[in-house]
Amino acid sequence: MSTPNSPTLDKHSSALDAAEASASHLITVTLRIRRFNPEVSDHAEWVDYQLPIDPKERVLDALHKIKWEIDGTLTFRRSCAHGVCGSDAVRINGRNRLACKTLIKDINPEKPITVEPIKGLTVLKDLVVDMDPFFQAYRDVMPFLITKGNEPTRERLQSAEDRERFDDTTKCILCAACTSSCPVFWNDGQYFGPAAIVNAHRFIFDSRDEGGEQRLEILNDKDGVWRCRTTFNCTDACPRGIEVTKAIQEVKRALITRRF
Amino acid sequence: MSTDVSDAVELTGSSVAPYSPENPAPVIEPPRTRTKRTPRSSRTNFEMYGWLFMRLSGVVLVVLVLGHLLIQLVLDGGVQKVGFAFVAGRWASPFWQFWDLAMLWLAMLHGGNGLRTVINDYAEQANTRVWLKTLLFTAVAFTIVLGSLVIFTFDPNIR
Repeated sequence: MSTPNSPTLDKHSSALDAAEASASHLITVTLRIRRFNPEVSDHAEWVDYQLPIDPKERVLDALHKIKWEIDGTLTFRRSCAHGVCGSDAVRINGRNRLACKTLIKDINPEKPITVEPIKGLTVLKDLVVDMDPFFQAYRDVMPFLITKGNEPTRERLQSAEDRERFDDTTKCILCAACTSSCPVFWNDGQYFGPAAIVNAHRFIFDSRDEGGEQRLEILNDKDGVWRCRTTFNCTDACPRGIEVTKAIQEVKRALITRRF
Repeated sequence: MSTDVSDAVELTGSSVAPYSPENPAPVIEPPRTRTKRTPRSSRTNFEMYGWLFMRLSGVVLVVLVLGHLLIQLVLDGGVQKVGFAFVAGRWASPFWQFWDLAMLWLAMLHGGNGLRTVINDYAEQANTRVWLKTLLFTAVAFTIVLGSLVIFTFDPNIR
């Protein structure tokens, strides 16, 4: 069936030729990556990697290329690689972004592209940080439906307007880009951080939920919403375009109108 | 760190049966245990009132301070007119006494609370935090007490 002159093979080699011909699209970029290996050194250091890449590819593709072809010790998180799982939030050129949603051409590939772990969380290795404090803050706001009484025998119905009320905050993928861009969180990890407040907002303003009072009480704490300084870093950082600062302000307003 | 993990995670083979329908997975303790200095829930509204006070006093201070500057420095011949006699004349009226008292208290509390927030945000060590706040509260209290004393016990015939 398979002879050297089979159409399959011909096709394959022509595809290869096409790929080689399109290699002229490739540009050479320098990725300056903040590397840290606790088994080798106490200090993190910048390491430059030069590689040819299509500018329409993403920073994650560049990281893959480095890990698979240049230096296998490079460590970073990624799962879905398509902007849904929120694993690969890193600081690219000083801004928190998802490596899988940032195109090389959009971040000035003429200069070295800096890639470093997100700030405010303990770096474990290279671009991997300890996410436990982040998820603990998330758990602390009870991000699940709380109801009283018997369960209904059918769905809990909700009007389109009621659903719209918290639509923005349902988009969160828990990538920690907002929390790790917050200067208050950088200095004091006890602050709940934008992501936890966004996920509390998602249930506080859900008409089906009855635990809003408890969540508001939790966020009324010393480390709750009142530590927000409205610097809007979180809104700028959010890869899902959630208006994070607005959500925090709405929780503040709910706390105040509840008291007066 | 490794000992913490082994303490927190209930592994198979321990005396208590670790797995059951109620407990289908190893129990892992939440890692973000808060320190003793930050109680889990204070259940007071102090931070909320502090936040509200900053907004409200800010609005009032805009009127008080800008009005103060306009009267003292611009109207009626400018800053040259301000002297002992001018202050004595002003404080003869309870209206200006109240104006200045309100400005003193609001400005000191507003600024003091703002600095308290800055210290909370930026002081990294608990000790530094305590000392800076002690210094701040002393300074605020001293200024408020001294200022109020002067406004209430001002004697125009002192010389």
